[in-house]
Amino acid sequence: MSRRVAVLDYGRGNLFSVARAFERVDAEPYFVRTAETVLGADALVLPGVGAFGDAIDALARDALIEPVIEYVASGRPLLGICLGAQLLLDVSVELGEHRGLGVIPGRVERLAPQGRAQGPKVPNVGWARLKRPEGASWTGTILDGIDQGTYAYFVHSFHPVPARSEHVLACQIFDDEASAAIVARDNVVGCQFHPEKSGEAGQRMLAAWLRT
Amino acid sequence: MPAVRVISRLDVKAPNLVKGIHLEGLRIIGDPGEYARRYYADGIDEIVYTDIVASLYGRNSILDLVERTARGVFVPITVGGGMRTLDDVGAVLRAGADKVSVNTAAVRNPDFIREVSETFGSQCLVIAVETIRGSDGVWRVFTDNGREQTGLDALEWIDRVQTLGAGEIMLTSVDREGTFNGFETDLIREVAKRARIPLIAHGGAGKPDDAVDAVDAGADAVSFAGILHYQRVTVADIKKALADRGIEVRQ
Repeated sequence: MSRRVAVLDYGRGNLFSVARAFERVDAEPYFVRTAETVLGADALVLPGVGAFGDAIDALARDALIEPVIEYVASGRPLLGICLGAQLLLDVSVELGEHRGLGVIPGRVERLAPQGRAQGPKVPNVGWARLKRPEGASWTGTILDGIDQGTYAYFVHSFHPVPARSEHVLACQIFDDEASAAIVARDNVVGCQFHPEKSGEAGQRMLAAWLRT
Repeated sequence: MPAVRVISRLDVKAPNLVKGIHLEGLRIIGDPGEYARRYYADGIDEIVYTDIVASLYGRNSILDLVERTARGVFVPITVGGGMRTLDDVGAVLRAGADKVSVNTAAVRNPDFIREVSETFGSQCLVIAVETIRGSDGVWRVFTDNGREQTGLDALEWIDRVQTLGAGEIMLTSVDREGTFNGFETDLIREVAKRARIPLIAHGGAGKPDDAVDAVDAGADAVSFAGILHYQRVTVADIKKALADRGIEVRQ
């Protein structure tokens, strides 16, 4: 039986790419827009592109913040993608300070200081390798069966900085420093990159997440 | 640093994949969706569709193509050609594109760059810059597939689009496009000096090693049309040429 996956539509995501990627791994994606349907989901995806403050405002306007937090407390799986992953943290400094969902402790910060002349470009656009932080295990996670060094597709100027290193499931190396590529805590996981655009490896990740 | 991206640009005159020289004299190659799927299977990092006619009929046909492609191609898809309004942009994104590329509408109304980036995010806005070098040595911006001269100095335009909110630049040398004579590295080098956002080089690739020259000149991504469509080389050949020179690519 194919697994049903609720994709939260709050007007700020590339919902269709996400839905198609889940169809490809034999899941049944559908869109949800209300508190009731969020709370009724068995698996929930929080997509998102654009600016943090704008996205959190859109969630607030649709009265979806509390339902998402309540959904997380139920222990059922939540997957945040790109901006959707950043929304999981406490606070972001993108265009002013904004409160996030706070289901993973930490902050969302700029990848590199603004207007810097040296170093890699921001936004960081393209394919980077996933590394396993020391002590992290990928078994039974979204990265189950994925090799270290697998490439994933990123597009971002900000990145999650969890307060606790145990909430970093995978990182990428940006400007010689580790940056969280996947944040995870219990039933919540957030990919800074786009698994739905990361080729066959990304498909395997979505399939692995459906098994969690 | 992310890996250097190897991109394929597919020019579409609905419903066909076409290829010209200097963006003119188009030949029909085949079904663009089929080519995109083949490049995806071969490891392409990104697909760019350009609707070179952008008529009303063509628009629906492109939306249909994007929708079909997005069902089986799981790398970023960019769609350009005739993007004039926010509704045009929204429609291709809804069909499954990740980014749009804009040339003419941005030149006519630079504020359109700001509108698109504020509405959809700059990550989904690629500004396509098509250049021809004048006898005075100045690169100027052209629109409508190299047919319309705008008089804009390409380097000044590059500065401007970045300030307005462009997410990436796709730089096409019309002089080299379709010639297989290699990328216009002088141009890439001058633009790279100014580009604070990712720079995609397009136009003129004739062999895998040409990609190395474009990257050495400062391109973050390299784009190929004819040499892939005519099967002169494969995606793997291009990636191997880059990797052999120590340039990181997704394998």
